[in-house]
Amino acid sequence: MYGNDVIDPTQPLNAAETDAYDAASAHEDQRDTVGDDFDALIAADQRIEPRDAMPEKYRETLIRQIAQHAHSEIIGMQPEGNWITRAPSLRRKAILIAKVQDEAGHGLYLYSAAETLGVDRAELLDRLHDGRQKYSSIFNYPTLTWADCGAIGWLVDGAAIMNQVPLCRCSYGPYARAMIRVCKEESFHQRQGFEILWTLMRGTPEQQAMAQDAADRWWWPALAMFGPPDTGEAAKGGHTEQSMAWGIKRFSNDDLRQKFVDMMVPQAEKLGIVLPDPELRWNDERGHYDFGEVDWDEFWRVLRGDGACNAERIAHRRRAHEDGAWVREAANAYAAKQALKEQQKESAA
Amino acid sequence: MTEPVTDTGGVVQSATKPCAAYLLGLADDAMVYAQRLAEWMTNAPQIEEDMALGNIALDLLGQARALYPYIGSIDGTGRGEDDFAMQRVERDWRNVHLVEQERGDFADEMTRLLWFSAYQVELHTALAGSADEVVAGVAGKALKEVRYHLDHASLWVVRLGDGTDESHRRMEAALERVSPYLDEVFDDDEASVVAAGLGVGVLPSSLRERVVEHVARVVEQATLPVPEPSTWRSRGGRAGIHSKPMGYLLAELQHIARSYPGATW
Amino acid sequence: MSGAATPPTEAGAPSPARTERSWPLWEVFVRGKRGLSHVHVGSLHAPDAELALRNARDLYTRRQEGVSIWVVKADDITASSPAEKDSFFDPAADKIYRHPTFYDVPEDVEYL
Repeated sequence: MYGNDVIDPTQPLNAAETDAYDAASAHEDQRDTVGDDFDALIAADQRIEPRDAMPEKYRETLIRQIAQHAHSEIIGMQPEGNWITRAPSLRRKAILIAKVQDEAGHGLYLYSAAETLGVDRAELLDRLHDGRQKYSSIFNYPTLTWADCGAIGWLVDGAAIMNQVPLCRCSYGPYARAMIRVCKEESFHQRQGFEILWTLMRGTPEQQAMAQDAADRWWWPALAMFGPPDTGEAAKGGHTEQSMAWGIKRFSNDDLRQKFVDMMVPQAEKLGIVLPDPELRWNDERGHYDFGEVDWDEFWRVLRGDGACNAERIAHRRRAHEDGAWVREAANAYAAKQALKEQQKESAA
Repeated sequence: MTEPVTDTGGVVQSATKPCAAYLLGLADDAMVYAQRLAEWMTNAPQIEEDMALGNIALDLLGQARALYPYIGSIDGTGRGEDDFAMQRVERDWRNVHLVEQERGDFADEMTRLLWFSAYQVELHTALAGSADEVVAGVAGKALKEVRYHLDHASLWVVRLGDGTDESHRRMEAALERVSPYLDEVFDDDEASVVAAGLGVGVLPSSLRERVVEHVARVVEQATLPVPEPSTWRSRGGRAGIHSKPMGYLLAELQHIARSYPGATW
Repeated sequence: MSGAATPPTEAGAPSPARTERSWPLWEVFVRGKRGLSHVHVGSLHAPDAELALRNARDLYTRRQEGVSIWVVKADDITASSPAEKDSFFDPAADKIYRHPTFYDVPEDVEYL
């Protein structure tokens, strides 16, 4: 698939570079024939827009999901942001700044999408800051070395895209459209992550060890990003069923996790990285890779607050927000003064 | 003609290559300020500001990256951008003290950005007519970018100056704190004099009046007072003599690259 | 810095009163270089029109040149009702979003 020294730019490295993305983002608007009824729109795989009637639970589920997605982008700026001042070359520094900036932008797109459902961004941020809303637990892990920036791009963005491509077909219009835009940009990020590791694995023994070490630490958390098992027995009583019925979720966590493994294993082989799973092997019968069990105890422990970086991520975020309060207030005060001046001008005229 | 000067890398900056030293000052200003601005990412007062400051950092980093290889080609060393950024000791950096200072609050940063970008607008306007094609090209592109930076800083200085009592107070303090670092920006060091004489560069002192005028207009619109002249002023940056923060900045910038000598990233 | 994780607040705890007025919401419309008309691309928060325009340029056009941007306060937009038979809305003064802002935000569940 790839030459010895060159990454093939035409080979798909992530889900946004496959047909799945094109299929997911192609949308045929049949609203004229289908009408405005919520159930009819859902049944016809049409989009619900901000002005449409919708079940309260649908709206709540979406606010929660979109908000947590937005929070994840914002918090996700920190683990890599941590390496901007120390990037080992100017080119890597530039790419990293652009990536972290993109993540800020994605957060903003997503907050905007959430706001169309009648909630204020400031309220959502309050809930992030005081812990009532969460962000993806993957960001509770530390970025210990430069190679972690590569691993995050390759594995974490790769997993995120795998989750997000189906969301390009989400029933809620603003969310789907935000996802289409986000996926395109994150595809580039994932490629950059792969490229960092590619360069390391072709470098000095220390660099190779650095890359291998990062993969060892990020592989299992990336698999856990898809969420707990939700097929078979595990499906009962979970969110997956209802979310699927409403067109918010298109594939199960387990399905997406399997797709991800199938995509990443050949890439790891090309990189020369050994994935830290002794049970990983191709299963001819199933046509998929068999892989080991995620440590779900560790997952829940970290999600519930006992990860290396949970406290730090929130503290950092809160501090930036609190330190900036006087700036935001000043901007408001200025705007109010200008508005008053305008009013006075108009009444004087 | 000036005596040949050797830097610790053994590079002879002879009288025939004064432009390299001059351009290095410009590149180092951009590089060091990009490094400081990038520190604002995840620390800005609003997410939109993380994006805006990231953009500005990227622009400045781009300006440095455009200049470094060219400087390497004319100073006879053939050094590339990472040789300049990652392998030079503090004494060989030619940026002014203004850009190496640690970050303060947002008022401090908008004040620094106001002064620096106003200077860069005048600088690149002049350099767009440089006798050196490469320099003129870099300046032409940079000019579009730094006008945006100046616009951004001006919008904020006005809002902070004419916002709340607290923001006004912080802006006054910021203007005071930045003032000792300004004279140095407009000093005519040896390399600038020769570069300007050759039509390649521009005399920093020739830019001062327009920059001061522009900043004064913004400061006035912001309802802020012009600060009293400072009792001291910074000096030495263009000769490689830096202030306390520079060593730490370089340590962070260079640590990984220097820990793995010869490695590619 | 303390290594102990702060336990999340109990679900249902009252939200602390926010003293800061949030920046108004603006809708953004962009016409590309070869476009025929402005297209709605999303929204953002900014304290005033000048900053809204600057932020829109950063966020929605990534500072491309030659694009035209309109920003309009969301409050200033009046929208038509999605369905004539919808009795909820007064056609004379409809807003673009169905739900009023500051509506109760749903609590988090552990894993979505």
